[in-house]
Amino acid sequence: MDALAEAFRLIFSLDADLFEILLLSIRVSLVALGISAVIGLPLGTYLAITKFPGRKFCTLLLNALMGMPPVVVGLMVYLLLSRSGPLGWMGLLYTPSAMIIAQVVLITPIIAALSNQVIENLYQEYSDTFYSMGVTGRRAILAYLVDARYALTTCILAGFGRAIAEVGAVIIVGGNIDHLTRVMTTAIALETSKGNLALALGLGAVLFVLSLLVNALVIGVREYAAKRQYA
Amino acid sequence: MKHLITFIAFALSTHALADTIIVQSTTSTQNSGLYDYLLPILKKETGLQVNVVAVGTGQAIKNAMRCDGDVLLVHAKSAEEKFVADGYGGYRRDLMYNDFVIVGPKADPANLAGARDVIDALQRIKQAGAKFASRGDDSGTHKKERSLWQAAAIDPEAGSGQWYLETGSGMGATLNTGLGLGAYVLTDRATWISFANKQDSILLFEGEPALFNQYGVVPVNVGKCPNVNQAAAETFTQWLLSNTGQAAIGAYQVEGKQLFFPNAH
Repeated sequence: MDALAEAFRLIFSLDADLFEILLLSIRVSLVALGISAVIGLPLGTYLAITKFPGRKFCTLLLNALMGMPPVVVGLMVYLLLSRSGPLGWMGLLYTPSAMIIAQVVLITPIIAALSNQVIENLYQEYSDTFYSMGVTGRRAILAYLVDARYALTTCILAGFGRAIAEVGAVIIVGGNIDHLTRVMTTAIALETSKGNLALALGLGAVLFVLSLLVNALVIGVREYAAKRQYA
Repeated sequence: MKHLITFIAFALSTHALADTIIVQSTTSTQNSGLYDYLLPILKKETGLQVNVVAVGTGQAIKNAMRCDGDVLLVHAKSAEEKFVADGYGGYRRDLMYNDFVIVGPKADPANLAGARDVIDALQRIKQAGAKFASRGDDSGTHKKERSLWQAAAIDPEAGSGQWYLETGSGMGATLNTGLGLGAYVLTDRATWISFANKQDSILLFEGEPALFNQYGVVPVNVGKCPNVNQAAAETFTQWLLSNTGQAAIGAYQVEGKQLFFPNAH
């Protein structure tokens, strides 16, 4: 109950710090999602419609990567971006960019593996038609993606869910720096460690509402578009 | 494609970092709200933007050894001195102090309230078969705790998982877990006073020279880490050590209690 009251207080007091943190959460997750979709969707589709030796292994690898612990990904990206690491000269550690990179590594496999499944089902239905029409290669990937766009929104939402809820990786590479790399999840971790449990839960409730809104928006747009298409 | 590139460029852009430093820090100074109080004053006087990464002393030192920070602000004097001796730190100065305390369940099953000294207190915990929650993370508090067990001639690791519970987490997380299990916990006083989830636990043992907790400040050596913003790190360090900085540290209070006692001079 305290937590709910805290959540309402946070939202309705229009707390500037809260909105800064919330906006950074959204920015980091959306940018990571955009990059991951651009990589993951064609990759998943390619693996579904192309026959080559080792394809099964690649799919297996993608599926296994979905289970990668965020803290391990965080550690790998940290060692990569650390000043004494191979990419240290770029000065990206403890910036939102570092958090985006870690999240791209985390959610690209999710989007690729899930879209792979969607397109594989479609492939059995469409492969002959596309083949007879001479649609191959890059054009085929695009054609499948466009055709499956409604089913693929679920893959995208799964990726978004992982990104916005993730704490283990972003706290390592972002450092949870106030007004710079503090996002909702790392703020929740910090408040928990201060013993401010009601405030931490309140932040959690705000994060949940955000996730609810994003999902409702995407599903709403999908339903609307699907209805118009088949009307 | 062009849009995509603009998009990615925007996403990866970070604001120009004028006079900004990264401080690798212990957690107590953040969790107790000291930085929230101190850094705005510092910024007003010096214009410096300080980004704090609060991770616990052991990890902070390791991060700084990888050159991922400009200044170290921690509480493990011998580890700090080694950091300087190994060439990673320019120099080390005493900054401020407070003390460690032992907290635990109100019922006090090991009767810590009657302990003569901290050695006696730890022996009572062991003899009573009471639980003790340890940081277990090589932090400054953990280093201090291990040295106290050693002085008490007890090897707590032998009871690891039974009565000696190593959380491997920060001070706050260890308090959350330990107090929830009715265990005793060694904590710095600043974190304890500002900690909001005390549950049924109270402060049971305090006030002994062996529990002294010294904080130090160490600018990272630019010779070892060329990326260090030496001028800004020096400004930060010298301000903390100045009369103004020391007075500001002493003025910070939570619930009417002073948490850190400046002792640079």
